[in-house]
Amino acid sequence: MASVEIRNLRKQFGELHAVDGVNLSVREGELLVLLGPSGCGKTTLLRMIAGLEHPTSGEIYIGTTRVDGDVPPRARGIAMVFQSYALYPHRTVFGNIAFPLEAAGDPRATIAQKVRWAADMFGITRYLDRYPRQLSGGERQRVALCRALVRDPQVFLLDEPLANLDAKLRNTARDELKRFQRQVQRTVVYVTHDQVEAMGLGDRIVVMDRGKVRQVGTPQEVYEDPVDTFVATFLGQPPMNLVDLQDALLGFRPEHFLPVAHFGANEALRNFPLSVRRVEYLGSDRYVYGNVAGAGATVIAKLPAMVATEITEGSEMEFAVPERALCYFDAVTGARQRR
Amino acid sequence: MKRTLADRENVLGAALLAPALAYVLLLVGVPFVLAIALSFSTATAGSLSFNWVGWHNYSVILADPIFRRSLANTAIVTVGSQVLVIVLATAAAQVFRAAFRGKRAARFVLLLPWAVPVSLAAIAWTWIFDSTFSVINWTLKVAGLLHGWLYWLGEPGLALTAIIIVQAWRIFPFATVIVLAGLASIPQEVVEAAIVDGAGFWRRLFRVELPLLLPVVAVAVLFGVVYTATDLGVVYILTGGGPANTTQVLPTLAFQRGVLGADLGQGAAIAVFLVPFLVVVAILLLRVARRTEVGGGERR
Repeated sequence: MASVEIRNLRKQFGELHAVDGVNLSVREGELLVLLGPSGCGKTTLLRMIAGLEHPTSGEIYIGTTRVDGDVPPRARGIAMVFQSYALYPHRTVFGNIAFPLEAAGDPRATIAQKVRWAADMFGITRYLDRYPRQLSGGERQRVALCRALVRDPQVFLLDEPLANLDAKLRNTARDELKRFQRQVQRTVVYVTHDQVEAMGLGDRIVVMDRGKVRQVGTPQEVYEDPVDTFVATFLGQPPMNLVDLQDALLGFRPEHFLPVAHFGANEALRNFPLSVRRVEYLGSDRYVYGNVAGAGATVIAKLPAMVATEITEGSEMEFAVPERALCYFDAVTGARQRR
Repeated sequence: MKRTLADRENVLGAALLAPALAYVLLLVGVPFVLAIALSFSTATAGSLSFNWVGWHNYSVILADPIFRRSLANTAIVTVGSQVLVIVLATAAAQVFRAAFRGKRAARFVLLLPWAVPVSLAAIAWTWIFDSTFSVINWTLKVAGLLHGWLYWLGEPGLALTAIIIVQAWRIFPFATVIVLAGLASIPQEVVEAAIVDGAGFWRRLFRVELPLLLPVVAVAVLFGVVYTATDLGVVYILTGGGPANTTQVLPTLAFQRGVLGADLGQGAAIAVFLVPFLVVVAILLLRVARRTEVGGGERR
């Protein structure tokens, strides 16, 4: 187990600043998620930790060893799982898992033993003689994890490992991944653009945008206490509503935006008359699209099925947000204002 | 509305295929069948007589030491040059995969041997191997590596070596291009996975890249084998089969006996003799190409 320390890391591809001065500490044994839209630099950052890209400047430490210079990937004590899984198509599952051990020069008996141990852990022992193309997506993903695990790395680097699975499988795979991480108790750096994955798996989340770290925190912190409008609107489905108040932007989550009648009498509220434009019925929720008087911007209210109030399209209704759920942002910079 | 030719797919397809089909039938099929028929006859150039003699021509050439020598030479030249080609093409492909200044120019130069007509190139090579002016000999001599003198085209062993070198030189650009295309088709993430898994350059090359390249290399080798085994020009111009028939290959011998010697029957027998072998080689190589394809059938 080891921590990863990143200091003022930069990577330039020509004119593009893919990673633009990132400082980050990954604690021992934690699962840290790098989250951001595509092109935000999260994968480049991961590849620099792995040693597949050379930083333009800055420092990377794995444990106490500085690795950003000429330390090759194999000497960094890392294992990586790629989005495509990158299994060796000409080798059996056994051959795939054994590959890093063969490269390390382990004796045959040790290799066989370690492969069986890792395969047992993921329940893929009966596929050992098959070729990758004979496996389903979920099975391939497990083989890729096995191949990473068998090297006994200090740090696991996972690059969107669930992105190639279909939606149904993803929930189970997420659960398996988390169990796996608890079991092996290793440091994991996990890259994804899927906020559900990030919130569900991460001990902490790093929200990135255009090569820079916007916020680092637990899922609860980044969701409930965003530092700027980017984080506020990137997280959450639907995203946080932003209402222009001339001197500032007022933000509130759609799930906090309910008809006034649903709040207790002694709760401090901020009322908004809402002209309802459209109602989407989604089974477990209803999304109400409308305009807040005075602000002009479209806002969305997310009403759980429990809220049974009848809402008619085209009508004018009194909605409200609890005062404690309001966030203020600077109208120009988008930075959070504490009031 | 009237149906035009373009609407009638059956007719259109046949019409579009016809020229290519006619070309293959008239210029490949007919001569091929004719050669097989001639090989069972005593036909001679300048006469229209056709006497069926069964396997007579074949038993004659099989008893002929020059034919046997030619057969062996064909095998030696083909195998020797193709081994050389695989090694050179794999190495060159690795070089060309890296980014370096002047890569485009280098790639153009690489392809030149492929573009130059065989006869012209072979004539240039006769100067390189010339008994007096050989640039190889003079270079080695000046470098102090050669004492004495190498008569490249005058000694059987050296002459065969020279032929192998020229054949390899001729095929290798083509093979390099094929291997390069094969390398490009290997997913980048698989190569990176091998790097992260701790495989160095040689392990990546022999355990990951070459096994994945096998189907493409098989195709390159198939082309190389067919081009080399059936080539007349290089041997004809470099050595003319000499000295004393020691570098004859089947195409040159067939030309000598059938055209220059006017014994069409025997010439045809010599020329046709290689066909079954080439068919078997082609089937084997194509099977390798298909079986080891990424995502293809079983292995082991």
